[in-house]
Amino acid sequence: MPQAQYFDEMGARDTPRAVYAQVARWLAEAPAQLLESRRLQAELMFRRMGITFAVYGDNEATERLIPFDIVPRVIGRSEWNALEKGLVQRVKALNMFLADVYGKGDILRAGVVPSELVYRNAAFRPEMVGVPVPHGVYVQIAGIDIVRVDERDFYVLEDNARTPSGVSYMLENREAMMRLLPDLFAEHRVSPVEAYPNELRACLKSLAPRGAGADSVIVVLTPGQFNSAYYEHSFLADKLGVELVEGRDLFVRDEEVYMRTTQGPKRVDVIYRRVDDDFLDPLAFRPDSELGVPGLMAAYQAGNVTLANAVGTGVADDKAIYTYMPEIIRFYLGEDALLKNVPTWRCREPDSLKYVLEHLGELVVKEVNGSGGYGMLVGPHAAKDEIAAFARKLEHDPDNFIAQPTLALSTCPTSTPEGLASRHVDLRPFVLTGADGSRVVPGGLTRVALKEGSLVVNSSQGGGTKDTWVVDDPVAV
Amino acid sequence: MLARTADNLYWLARYMERADYVARIVNTTRRLAALPAARGPDREEWRSALSSTGALEAYTEARGAVTPAGAIDFLVFDPANPSSIVNCVDAGRANARAVRTALTAETWDTINSGWLELNRLRGARVDRTDSEALGQILDLAVKLSLDVDGCSYRTMLRNDAYWFGRLGLYIERADNTARLLDVKYNILLPETEVVGGTLDYFQWTAILRAVSALTAYNWVYHDSVKPWLIADLLVLRPEMPRSLISCYDNIQRFLDAIARAYGRRGASQRIARHVLTRLENTSINEVFSGGLHEFITAFVEDNDRLGAEIAEQYLIH
Repeated sequence: MPQAQYFDEMGARDTPRAVYAQVARWLAEAPAQLLESRRLQAELMFRRMGITFAVYGDNEATERLIPFDIVPRVIGRSEWNALEKGLVQRVKALNMFLADVYGKGDILRAGVVPSELVYRNAAFRPEMVGVPVPHGVYVQIAGIDIVRVDERDFYVLEDNARTPSGVSYMLENREAMMRLLPDLFAEHRVSPVEAYPNELRACLKSLAPRGAGADSVIVVLTPGQFNSAYYEHSFLADKLGVELVEGRDLFVRDEEVYMRTTQGPKRVDVIYRRVDDDFLDPLAFRPDSELGVPGLMAAYQAGNVTLANAVGTGVADDKAIYTYMPEIIRFYLGEDALLKNVPTWRCREPDSLKYVLEHLGELVVKEVNGSGGYGMLVGPHAAKDEIAAFARKLEHDPDNFIAQPTLALSTCPTSTPEGLASRHVDLRPFVLTGADGSRVVPGGLTRVALKEGSLVVNSSQGGGTKDTWVVDDPVAV
Repeated sequence: MLARTADNLYWLARYMERADYVARIVNTTRRLAALPAARGPDREEWRSALSSTGALEAYTEARGAVTPAGAIDFLVFDPANPSSIVNCVDAGRANARAVRTALTAETWDTINSGWLELNRLRGARVDRTDSEALGQILDLAVKLSLDVDGCSYRTMLRNDAYWFGRLGLYIERADNTARLLDVKYNILLPETEVVGGTLDYFQWTAILRAVSALTAYNWVYHDSVKPWLIADLLVLRPEMPRSLISCYDNIQRFLDAIARAYGRRGASQRIARHVLTRLENTSINEVFSGGLHEFITAFVEDNDRLGAEIAEQYLIH
């Protein structure tokens, strides 16, 4: 049960935190079999609805469920409000940074961020230099990974500014909870998340290119049904009420994008693309890509179509740029960052590298461009030979790595085969940005590491999810 | 709507209809094959089952001599047979998954649940000749097709997404009925030729059973089973939902709906109208005098041409 060194979201069993009072009582009173039977019901429901994801390199089960835990993660309104301010600030700065590095480059000339981190970054797209995007919005949809270590402090673990996924789980988990535990749900005033698709549509519409009609045509572009997040792509298209297209459904003529319909070509104005930059346009990027649309980049550069997110946003969510986020926020907004960064050693700096090599056993080392929990070393959990092998990798290419202390991620009670137990969680809220600024739907995706003691919450590594409740602060009696 | 979406919906419906048809054929053939040899037909029944699902050639190439176990395996389980039941359900589900946004939640749930259940049965079945497990799979295929059809009918918006699905269903159904007739044309003889005995009687009722029309026959004709009336029922009776004329009545209706919505008619509307008019203006005696086989062959060709024309006009751009 709650180990002393970790902050538990619910608090101690006998003295739960105020926002968790009802959940704690429910957990204490619920019959032992109830949790298990609800968990099985949820699994059946998800399986039947086809809410699955594919794991690459896993031939056995090309469609797997992300385990869903029915104990909710609860956040108080005042905590949320503070978090929201920090998220909006951060995304604003990310957009200004992108506009700057693809524009005048002030921040680089001022020496705040080293130029080579931008220009020699694999995610930097020279094709975007000098290309204006509607209202200067590059990152329409951001997923910011947050971890909590104590009552007060939230840290940003990672910015996801390319094609962050998981929002369908935020919405479906809520549906599942309302169906499975209506009584518990009714006892709380949980902020609804179902407005997300409407907000997303409004934000995409507000950024339609010139020449788009009053009713601009939006589509969701997916790599196809074998992509790991295909379910989410189809889910979002459905909720938005727009076509889910693949590259082969689109073509470009005279620098305008069209989709192939049963009534002939139809112009497309906004593409919410879930295809990576590299695969978007075989004429501009990887020539072997069959997922993309030849000529799309030319249409984009001509300003005839809006891409969400913009091309080249990866340069801002890079783990090396991440370490400069406090400075970036200060540079553009003249404010201190409201959300903390996790202290990070940049292995490209010799002193840091030395420190990291000496303390590998205590640190988490990540590839600057890695994602999904692949290619990282979790020092305290690694065997001696793993650490030695990683040290060689690190020495060979230090620029490619950053290191962070192993964070004391907060825990949350979680239903396990052995009964209720504490498991580590993080949180990915989704920040939407349109012509009129940013907003955050109250909630997000809580990911939970299902293995005891594990800090890796990624779904590709066996993590699960929870519904995230933003509830009104309890009134002090 | 996206041309690819229309294509997926069209094929989803075709695969579901085909799964149903193959399951019915296998069921009927098992029944026929279980007759005592003295009263039953010769051992050709599995050959004609393969033939009426268009799988005989592929079977012979892959397996050689036709055996009952081989035929059942090929028709139900073999991934190498594009029309096998498991292939139809797999392909139907893949098509549904590709366009799940165009389906209602109920329709998707039905297909996906059916597919999961089939996978379970497929996994559980050790002995491929286990007749109880086989029966479950055949029942599942028939029920799945009915459920998907019912869900679409009851829950889908009446727009082009619905119409393309219906087109797929009726084109496939017309093809199936025509093939069944063609395989049996040698025993479906006109009134003028008196033939047969008990042996043919079992064959005739098997045809009706394959398209679940035995009861319908009794209601329509109030007469003992006669081969020319079977042909009449399956070709020209508008009240029989699997008859060629009924299929084309529907095909024309849904093609017209699409043409109205899109404000444009094309070759597929013309072909459908032509085929329907011909069916409306003929009698079963005229069909027999020109030769049932010839009539069916021409029909299958027209039906194929219409399928190609629909693809050209709407599904490929």
